[in-house]
Amino acid sequence: MSDQEGATEAQPMLHGCPLTDSHGQAVVHPSRAQYVALLKKLLDSGYAMCSDLTAVDFLTHPGRSLPDGIVAERFEIVVNLTAIAARDRIRLRVQVPESDTTIASLFDLWPGTEAMEREVFDMFGISFDGHPDLTRILMPEDWDGHPLRKDYEIGRIPVQFKGAHS
Amino acid sequence: MTSGQNIFKTNEGAQEMRARSEISAKEILREVGSVLRMSEAEVANLGQSSGDSDEDQTMIINMGPQHPSTHGVLRLMLELQGETVLRCKPIIGYLHTGMEKTGEDLTYMQGGTNVTRMDYLSPLNNELVFSMAVEKLLGIENDIPQRAVWMRMLLSELNRMSSHLLFLASNGMDLGAVSMMLYGWREREEVLRFFQKVTGLRMNHNFIRPGGVAADLPAGWRSDVLEILEMLPGRLAEYDILMTDQPIWRERLQGVGVITADEALALGTSGPILRSTGVAWDLRRDQPYLHYEKMEFDVIVGSYGDAFDRYAIRINEIRESMRIVYQVLDNMPKGDYRIQNKKVTPPPRARIDESMEALIHHFKIFTEGFKVPEGEVYVAIESPRGEIGCYIVSDGGPKPYRIHMRAPSFVNIQALPHMMRGGLVADAVAVISSIDPVLGEVDR
Repeated sequence: MSDQEGATEAQPMLHGCPLTDSHGQAVVHPSRAQYVALLKKLLDSGYAMCSDLTAVDFLTHPGRSLPDGIVAERFEIVVNLTAIAARDRIRLRVQVPESDTTIASLFDLWPGTEAMEREVFDMFGISFDGHPDLTRILMPEDWDGHPLRKDYEIGRIPVQFKGAHS
Repeated sequence: MTSGQNIFKTNEGAQEMRARSEISAKEILREVGSVLRMSEAEVANLGQSSGDSDEDQTMIINMGPQHPSTHGVLRLMLELQGETVLRCKPIIGYLHTGMEKTGEDLTYMQGGTNVTRMDYLSPLNNELVFSMAVEKLLGIENDIPQRAVWMRMLLSELNRMSSHLLFLASNGMDLGAVSMMLYGWREREEVLRFFQKVTGLRMNHNFIRPGGVAADLPAGWRSDVLEILEMLPGRLAEYDILMTDQPIWRERLQGVGVITADEALALGTSGPILRSTGVAWDLRRDQPYLHYEKMEFDVIVGSYGDAFDRYAIRINEIRESMRIVYQVLDNMPKGDYRIQNKKVTPPPRARIDESMEALIHHFKIFTEGFKVPEGEVYVAIESPRGEIGCYIVSDGGPKPYRIHMRAPSFVNIQALPHMMRGGLVADAVAVISSIDPVLGEVDR
């Protein structure tokens, strides 16, 4: 990272967010309030492509390592950005609490995240503020529950078919 | 209905495309504008296919889910005005089988069988990215034996050739060059026959595994590869006569499904779709993995971003892959084909009879699986369709805590509405075909 600001010896920062290293890959940990502003800055600094946006449900694995000042919450939104010119990648991990599973949509920065955010909404039940069309994408629209949550019991859900006689 | 505490009744509304009367013009403009990087006012000035057409002049029709040219169960809702496509919405999920959820319940040893079935036209690339992610978490990515690395490159490139050959076949079929269908499948079969010899299976190999590959190359592999490499140039020249040089073929593809570089980047597309717009972005060259930095090959780039460019890129990428395979043949070292790390690779059969420890390792690996240190990692490689990424979170156990595949087709298919806007419904088939989506990977 070229533009590290206010770095202390202990914790490198990027645009005011803790920056860590995971197997040689740069990871930034913004808060939900910093999320869109940070991404806007990254977009302007050359990260032209949002390669991936997904989520993780840490319900059964709460004790993961996070930088100081970041409180572990149940959900985490993971965004992978790519800088074409600099041939660089950066990853964002944002904590989303179970009590309020909403986060801002990136649609206005990268319209390509539209489908990825829908997938996260479908699989994890996390809502994206400002998303133009927040509906299920992979599961049928009348499906109950969000399958990739850790408390979604596998093998115990009767097969659901739309319009089938039961 | 069982009720976990967080499973609540959901009804988020229809996934279908809504009629113009149900949505505001502002919504349409926002969607168009954000892709074009324009304000809503600027989009309105474009005039075309924005909110100005009357409801009774347009009609919404379904294409798919089972239309021969949708390459699987893809459903497109098209809003048409006469023959012009005003809006398009891909509706996916028909092939969703919860593979990411399944992946959380399979050990790292078994995971390959799961991911290989996602993009079933380039299974070896799926396995490769999964294995590379696991190896990175294990911290052994630099200890993989050289022969395994070169074998991975050989298989990955042959897989790219077989995938692109199938694209040529289906692209020809979709556009009416039906004989191309047979030729493409015929040539692909030659490559698959080699895969069968090496891995035992034509598809879904589970051959590239964390730590190396499953087995060594069989006797006579070199002449088999050379046979393919000698057969293909002549066949590719035939394709040029049959398709590339044909005025009919060009008329049908040139200027169809155009996308600009800015739009392609905004939509996150990768692979031939991004390269067709002139952005020379190929992970093999730009973020090299395996030994691609030692290889001499060209990144094929288009200039118009249309369906013809995407076709031409793929046919020429077959030629580039052949160049790489020749270099792999020259460099293939002797040696071990998997890492001799008893925690990751099972011991050879003979050792089990002699060594108690080998027996224990063997038992542990196949019952419990090997444990992977806690952490998270995202690894991306260039599959025939674009950037395939694997994001794995490990909690220190023998199964991934979360495994997410960044599927290139899933993202690329979102460019469809944009490529189709303002085009003819007859060109829709050409545009879908030029994306080359694999629905198994879109829906996972």
